[in-house]
Amino acid sequence: MTRISRAFEDRKALVTYITAGDPDLETTAFLMRLLDECGVDILEVGIPFSDPLADGPVIQRAGQRALQGGTTLKRILDMLKSLKGELKAPLVLMGYMNNIIAYGAEAFARDAAAAGVEGVIVPDLPFHQCDEVAGALRSQGVEFILMVTPNSTDERIKAIADRASGFLYCVSLLGVTGNEEKGSAPLENYIGRLRGFTDLPLAVGFGVSTPERARAAARAADGVIVGSALINRLEPCGADRECLRASATEFIGAFRAAVDSAG
Amino acid sequence: MKTSVYFGVFGGQYVPETLVPALDELEAAHLASLEDESFNAELNALLRDYSGRPTPLWHARGISESLGDVKVYLKREDLNHTGAHKINNALGQVLLASKMGKRRIIAETGAGQHGVAVATASALFGLECVVYMGEEDIRRQSPNVARMELLGTEVVPVLSGTRTLKDAVNEAIRDWVTNVEDSFYVIGSVMGPHPYPLMVRNFQRIIGVEARAQMLEREGRLPDQVVACVGGGSNAIGIFHAFLDDPVALVGVEAAGRGLETGLHAAAVSGGRPGVLHGSYSYALYDEDGQILPAHSISAGLDYPGVGPEHSMLADSGRATYVSATDDEAVDAFRLTCRLEGIIPALESSHALAYVYRTAASLPSGSIVLVNLSGRGDKDMDTILSVERSVRT
Repeated sequence: MTRISRAFEDRKALVTYITAGDPDLETTAFLMRLLDECGVDILEVGIPFSDPLADGPVIQRAGQRALQGGTTLKRILDMLKSLKGELKAPLVLMGYMNNIIAYGAEAFARDAAAAGVEGVIVPDLPFHQCDEVAGALRSQGVEFILMVTPNSTDERIKAIADRASGFLYCVSLLGVTGNEEKGSAPLENYIGRLRGFTDLPLAVGFGVSTPERARAAARAADGVIVGSALINRLEPCGADRECLRASATEFIGAFRAAVDSAG
Repeated sequence: MKTSVYFGVFGGQYVPETLVPALDELEAAHLASLEDESFNAELNALLRDYSGRPTPLWHARGISESLGDVKVYLKREDLNHTGAHKINNALGQVLLASKMGKRRIIAETGAGQHGVAVATASALFGLECVVYMGEEDIRRQSPNVARMELLGTEVVPVLSGTRTLKDAVNEAIRDWVTNVEDSFYVIGSVMGPHPYPLMVRNFQRIIGVEARAQMLEREGRLPDQVVACVGGGSNAIGIFHAFLDDPVALVGVEAAGRGLETGLHAAAVSGGRPGVLHGSYSYALYDEDGQILPAHSISAGLDYPGVGPEHSMLADSGRATYVSATDDEAVDAFRLTCRLEGIIPALESSHALAYVYRTAASLPSGSIVLVNLSGRGDKDMDTILSVERSVRT
């Protein structure tokens, strides 16, 4: 069993997402140490992309700030490498396909592994297109984490589950990240359906905007992924360390308590 | 029935998982419609009686004489209802959407020609329509915004990224991901994830089918060269496709903006490399880190940093040649065509004409050149007048 799967073993897992380089990479490194100290179980970090199709306005803005600050994939991997050995929580990198193509899939897999990345999520790479990238990552011991959505057919869920490793990323709604209006479909039915196809841990993401929603998601699944709500909370702080520390500690405290109370 | 999602190594479906069931549903519906006689009869009637097809093939005597011993023919897509080839695809996709029981249409637009065409088809079919348009394009194409609103379409300004066509596509896809159960995304060019490049080509290939037959009837032979402008590339694929197996040179003219060497251009094939943009693997403009670069062209319809995957395949195989024309060349060609032929061409199509003016005189004596006049230029008056003002001051 890998460290990523193990993160779901003892308790319901809390996974956080932040965009690398928002507003600069030193701040990202600071936040990763802080989130790790606060008891986050898996640290997901996003590669900023100019055209992030799967993301709502909050993560789009975070990506824009990161790109304005000159963040590149190379610099992100250098930063992650500098943190190697310091973090308790396993590290998952999320990035869009064109950044990986520009870097080269083989080189990306090699350098991500060397930087301590244990899993990769590519939101615009569905499983029927993923062989080259997934193969390159797995040959370096990096998990390729796949997404399922509420409208995935049984046939497709089965095929995805057969190829997935680490955990299954269960998108809770039809929409982009950070959608608060939509609310999620009844999670029990959705998660229950997925359990029939896989023994992998199930983590619910997209639209987990409040501790209440996190509790509901954690009750049905094995973990929750919180991105837009966290970035929204940290956004006013910019790079101010005290502000970030106070906001992140309070935010994670509330979500941690909500997720633990579901366990 | 399933079909290949690729053109050679290009194309594919690089999209969030949420869209995969919708793309599967669309592929099945499109492939079934190809063999559905009642669908094709209905579409052909719309193209004939509503849009005015077949569009004429015009022997452009003024242009031809200015070039010496060359015959230039114009395929008059500008004479379609709504003024461009875009209506061919809009009618096809909106008809398909209504057959699939979708009630809400989503589209993106750059110059506004595709937006107007989709707004028109949606009004005809009584469907709700939302068009995403970059704030920058709304400013430079205001008459088309007014047209869409008159037709009952909601035009949503896009404020993200560069506020042009590329960002409008992002927003349209995000809307589709969110409302995928009841909405149909009518993409405007031979781009995006499979089956769009295939389906849009199938709806546009009537241009070449007609032109090929008209040319044989008129001249008793095929043209030596077929020339079309290329942004996403739908009018070019539309006219190229019927000639793919013929000994006919196919030339796609991309927008060189202020010049390829300045970096301010929209020439994805000539100045880019293969990457993933908007769901397919194809030539695109991006930096060494993979970030998509803003395109530049005086013509809003060509101002796009990517190109359809079938063009990428034709470029790599050498079956079609991709060249470019600058903003200045396009404006000169626009003016020249007005004077020589009494036709005001779209600035997009003016890029194809610019290539002909630049090169046709060097073709062998008696050569026949077929140009796709993809749209009319009424929408470009403000742009042309502002160029004239800036030259005078």
